[in-house]
Amino acid sequence: MAERLIEVKDLKVHFVTEDGIVRAVDGVNFTLDRGEVLGIVGESGSGKSVTSMTLLGLTRDKNTRFEGEVLYKGRNVLAMREEELQEVRGNEMAMIFQDPMTSLNPVYTIGAQICEAIQVHESIDRPAAGRRAVELLKQVGIPNPESRVDDYPHQFSGGMRQRAMIAMSLACNPDVLIADEPTTALDVTIQAQIIELIDKLKDDFNSAVILITHDLGVVADVADEIIVMYAGRVVEEAPTRKLFYDPQMPYTWGLLGSIPRLDRPKSERLHSIKGTPPSLINLPRGCKFRPRCPHAFDKCTEEPGLENRVEEPGHLDRCWLTVEEKRGIRDKTIHGEMAVA
Amino acid sequence: MSSREDGSLVEVRSLKKYFPIRKGLLQREVGRVHAVDDVSFGVREGETLGLVGESGCGKSTLGRTVVRLLEPTEGDVLFRGRSIGKLKTRSLRPLRREMQMVFQDPYASLNPRKRVGSIIGTPLEIHGIGDKAERKKQVQELLETVGLSPEHYNRFPHEFSGGQRQRIGVARALALRPKLIVADEPVSALDVSIQSQMLNLLDDLQKEFQLTYIFIAHDLGVVRHVSDRIAVMYLGKLVELSPGEELYERPIMPYTEALLSAVPIPDPDLSAKRERIVLQGDVPSPINPPSGCRFHPRCRYATEICQEIEPPLTDYGNGHLAACHHPLNVDKETLARVTASERYTPASADASATPTEPGKEEAKSPFRNDHASIGPDGRLRG
Repeated sequence: MAERLIEVKDLKVHFVTEDGIVRAVDGVNFTLDRGEVLGIVGESGSGKSVTSMTLLGLTRDKNTRFEGEVLYKGRNVLAMREEELQEVRGNEMAMIFQDPMTSLNPVYTIGAQICEAIQVHESIDRPAAGRRAVELLKQVGIPNPESRVDDYPHQFSGGMRQRAMIAMSLACNPDVLIADEPTTALDVTIQAQIIELIDKLKDDFNSAVILITHDLGVVADVADEIIVMYAGRVVEEAPTRKLFYDPQMPYTWGLLGSIPRLDRPKSERLHSIKGTPPSLINLPRGCKFRPRCPHAFDKCTEEPGLENRVEEPGHLDRCWLTVEEKRGIRDKTIHGEMAVA
Repeated sequence: MSSREDGSLVEVRSLKKYFPIRKGLLQREVGRVHAVDDVSFGVREGETLGLVGESGCGKSTLGRTVVRLLEPTEGDVLFRGRSIGKLKTRSLRPLRREMQMVFQDPYASLNPRKRVGSIIGTPLEIHGIGDKAERKKQVQELLETVGLSPEHYNRFPHEFSGGQRQRIGVARALALRPKLIVADEPVSALDVSIQSQMLNLLDDLQKEFQLTYIFIAHDLGVVRHVSDRIAVMYLGKLVELSPGEELYERPIMPYTEALLSAVPIPDPDLSAKRERIVLQGDVPSPINPPSGCRFHPRCRYATEICQEIEPPLTDYGNGHLAACHHPLNVDKETLARVTASERYTPASADASATPTEPGKEEAKSPFRNDHASIGPDGRLRG
């Protein structure tokens, strides 16, 4: 068994606002082992980013209420003092943010920013840190790292900036790499490069990766396990192949069906999930996906638990439909009329 | 004014848009960004033309020049047969009613201090359509058309989600009942689930209002669903133009092949099996574009000729054009016919010896002969 790095137990993150309590994360459980790539998938507002930021203690605020536990190598991150957290952040768990344009400081060179990350955690002198920075840029595939290290962020293209961000997050050889929509701001061609790079670096650095995205296509190749989040909770959890070939939750079907597919004949209309995600202040009663679900019935006013309902033991979902019912209507929902013909 | 015989609503003729780079005290021009470099194509009435390429390939600049938000450096744009490339602001105004734009970022393209009613109603006001009450009624109808509720009239943009904001942007573009809408990456800032709602909406609106779209995107998966024809751009050049489905079945330009292979497939087994062509590096600088074929530094089929001679945009039949020295997925007869018609000298046996998918070594000699004799003109035919 690989080493268990992260264990999230019944995590709740609520923000107290003037309008009411925002239940951003409402009872999430998952684990992450060394060498694993975990995909967290969901729409904006599903709580995936808040979950990942909470792992690093980045959601702490006087108006935030936490419940449950986030264990990093057995230590509860939620209970750590700020100084302890500082030790973990960047050093043991690092984050790659979505937007490489805004997460780099425009007035410092790329090299200076990487050196800073190194020197915060290690007592090495500047020239040594500089050499490490060059080495890191080389590892993430920046051409001529010796000269590019002195460039400013605006001299880098979007893809290169994201590579620089990754280099920075790798600076202290972290055990856990959290990538929050690392490719959303990038072109498809660059997206493929970055995902491949993250996957390769995971092996080089012997770490684990949490890959957060709204697009199931992005995680299909690299994730070992996928969690689908909706309205602050996990609605389906499965090994990657099972999630793609035997998805149990109608929400997951909706996500799969929304992706324009190049591997299938062109369909007249794309399947889409009607409506928008619910307000996290006023959540619907029962199953949170019920108002948007085409298959909802009476029982759905009661919330189903996250349980194992199929043969595969690690495959959990929150849906009242029986497995037979689901397998009967699933393909039609995902592929629209096409599958019927 | 009726549409022209061939049904073109828009015709772009050898369009060039360069941006000067100025430096120093005297602001002397030290270089030029070749954003759009000699591009020609037509858009038929009622069709959707997808325009695809990586960031920096000039697709947005092209879109903006077509609706004359930018003035072309050279070349011209014809709208219903009328040249609009050099028109002054005043004479452009009536044309603005007929062409509108939907922008990429639904957060930046709506004024946060204006109410939705005013955002959508402003175009009507500018063009003096109706009185206040009529305009309000029209705006509320528009809101319904794009799937929002008329009660949203008095709200501010920040009260809406990204997808809803983009619907407001679409309603604004529709307000004047335009003929042409240029949509610049209208879905790339949205979640996949919302993306498909938007694409379906654009499709419905096209049918309802007989719209013509130029749909700009970087993702070939997205444009497939909306486009009748697709144009691929690279570094300011049009490198392939094809009827929609044909581009996916048999891409001719290696760049298109690479773009296709980069689109993620939500199927782990299939995804693992297929060959992904990872393009090395980024798009080169449009200030000093590479010699010859601009794609050659990143192309896996590139040979010497690609560095030296720029391939002309050639018609491979069925309205499928591509600019490449080493065309993929072209059968021998087509290739022979194409090369023969291009030649100044009589065709030789070289053309038929050309492999359909040339490997590096075997491709070298026959292609060299071929293209040395191809005329330097890269004009569009047909």
